[in-house]
Amino acid sequence: MTTATTMEPRLMTGNEAVTLGAIAAGARFYAGYPITPSTEVAEIAAAMFPDIGGVFIQMEDEIASLGAVIGASLTGLKSFTATSGPGFSLMQEHIGFAAMAEVPCVIINVMRGGPSTGLPTHMSQGDVMQAKYGSHGDYPTVVLAPASVLECYTLTIKAFNLSEKFRMPAIILSDELVGHMCEKVQLPPEGELEVVNRLRPTVPADWYRHYESTPTGISPMAGFGEGYRFHVTGLAHDSSGFPTEVPSETHALMEKFKNKEIRNIRDLTMVESYMMEDAEICIFSYGSVSRSARRAVRILRDRNIKAGALRPQILWPFPKQAVETMLDQVSYVLIPEMNVGQLRKEVERLSHDGRGRIKGLNVLNSEFITAADIVERVEHDVL
Amino acid sequence: MSSETVTEPVVTVASKAAKNIPYDARLWLRHSKKFPHLWCPGCGLGIILGSSIRAFHDAGFEKDTTVVVAGIGCTGRMPVYMDCNTLHTTHGRALTFATGVKLAKPHLDVVVYMGDGDALAIGGNHFIHSARRNLNLTAIVVNNSIYGMTGGQVSPTTPHGARSTTTPRGQFARPFDTCDLAIGAGATFVARTSITNARHMQKMIHQGLKHDGFSMIEIVSNCHTSFGRLNGIPSHLDMFQQLKERTVLVKPDMDMEEEKSEGRLPLGVLHCDTTVPNYLRQKLGDVAPKPAKATGREP
Ligand SMILES: Cc1ncc(C[n+]2csc(CCOP(=O)(O)OP(=O)(O)O)c2C)c(N)n1
Ligand code: SF4
Ligand SMILES: [Mg+2]
Repeated sequence: MTTATTMEPRLMTGNEAVTLGAIAAGARFYAGYPITPSTEVAEIAAAMFPDIGGVFIQMEDEIASLGAVIGASLTGLKSFTATSGPGFSLMQEHIGFAAMAEVPCVIINVMRGGPSTGLPTHMSQGDVMQAKYGSHGDYPTVVLAPASVLECYTLTIKAFNLSEKFRMPAIILSDELVGHMCEKVQLPPEGELEVVNRLRPTVPADWYRHYESTPTGISPMAGFGEGYRFHVTGLAHDSSGFPTEVPSETHALMEKFKNKEIRNIRDLTMVESYMMEDAEICIFSYGSVSRSARRAVRILRDRNIKAGALRPQILWPFPKQAVETMLDQVSYVLIPEMNVGQLRKEVERLSHDGRGRIKGLNVLNSEFITAADIVERVEHDVL
Repeated sequence: MSSETVTEPVVTVASKAAKNIPYDARLWLRHSKKFPHLWCPGCGLGIILGSSIRAFHDAGFEKDTTVVVAGIGCTGRMPVYMDCNTLHTTHGRALTFATGVKLAKPHLDVVVYMGDGDALAIGGNHFIHSARRNLNLTAIVVNNSIYGMTGGQVSPTTPHGARSTTTPRGQFARPFDTCDLAIGAGATFVARTSITNARHMQKMIHQGLKHDGFSMIEIVSNCHTSFGRLNGIPSHLDMFQQLKERTVLVKPDMDMEEEKSEGRLPLGVLHCDTTVPNYLRQKLGDVAPKPAKATGREP
């Protein structure tokens, strides 16, 4: 087993890279429940953690797993879990809790075919909406979608950073293809990638408020056992953490959540564009499917079709501005997705001239969308 | 008032009365913050709060290193009143959060409060697995035989035949015996106590806190507001009286089965096994996990 500091390029899978990324980000607590196609994350964490002072535990289910992760994070440890569709559904209750109680934590969801037990060993992108709206109520979260093994590493570090910085759950929406794909990767040397830790209180214990209102909207966070003696609850609460039903206080709480996304949208936007400078049509995709999109762009360019590709690395918050710019630029958008068109609906919402020029290429039988599929569809639609 | 002078009580070792002055539970209350509490007048939860704090004191717990975790329900509101590190979680899942806290920071003392529905219905899976794991946690199950907070629906400990808003013709299923369930699942310390005996409760909780491994204390309590009202005992005093009559202190050589068959609940330490190494000691290398029995194959 290698450590996160390996300098030599080597072959590894996306799931391995996710685990190494978590460790490089400083994660030292893992609680999970095995499920294909995410299990390798647990197995690698179980093997590596004892040697680096980390804690690993397999819990009785995914609800328990995320509960333990949140408990550990409240003591100050960076904590994470990994799962797939059925387990991700069970985790929704505690994703809401982490958002409400503002506890940093990272959830890796290696998507597989759904609904229900679905297609355990096949890929899908069916959890895009669930990752944003799966738990009840309006809550902030950030969702990242890696498209390569290297990105499984770098975006996992990014997920921890954003989760720590903004005190909210971060979700890695990987998929079976990226998770199980083996690629040659050169991990960046330790120290090259930024690692962010949660803001710590500087006030004496008596003055500490776990949800202090600050100019940045982010409250410094103490850990259990450090002398601050605060209260944490999933109930609506005031800035000291105690339950409240006073409308002005519950309003302030919900505004704080909303503003986490709105005010920090620059930090929470990551979009990669490919050959978009002079593009007249755009392939908008994310995760493993975006690999086919890039290749399709090159093929289309060879055939004198000015194609480009846009790929959100952060799906939620949705990169409104980048998509609007793209919609102003191109006359045709194809959105290949391995679901019924979950993110396409978000793009359509931003289009002022109707939905006619925004097309979906949707595959639900778990057969991967290839570059040829995309090229064929574009040529059919625009030629 | 200036005329009022406070004198320190004279405490001598010989003074029998002094020994009986209970620890002032207010020292652990967040009195400037969260009072009055939300429990009904006459609810046993207040007595449990007092006895718990005295037991924390007896066990030498410090506020800064004590973490009190709870689920959802009337019982779940326990931690908000306690001046220590407190975590009010989700319905049924308190033990999972507590497991994370304890594993991450083993030096913290972690106590978990759950209602009967919380611990045994929605949280039943976490309950048995926590018992099996034998991590050094103390779980306190407040059994009032009903869902108190939501207004009196049937719970896994509602007696056979008893009424609730969702069993208007009586409960058809049998109840769990919380202690038997914990023992069966492998808890290494199991005790039962009652709100009608605050001293006994303090003693049982204290022993649970001191136990090296997973401890479970069932506290038989009253919910006159829901259970009592629906079952013809709307007064908390009448419920206290009934609880007194229904419970009996464990004595050596007592035939537990006979007591139970006569409808009496034994109160006391029902199970204590100090030979099972706790989860953390194995993890930290104090005790190597025992290898599984030979199967004829190399592991
Ligand atoms: C997931 C979920 N389901 C249902 C509820 C509603 N609920 C709140 S408390 C409670 C039952 C409480 O009963 P018990 O655990 O016995 O605690 P008590 O109030 O009697 O102390 C229920 C069903 C909830 N909060 N969360
Ligand atoms: S509803 Fe029942 S359990 Fe809840 S506070 Fe009132 S008496 Fe106590
Ligand atoms: Mg109850």
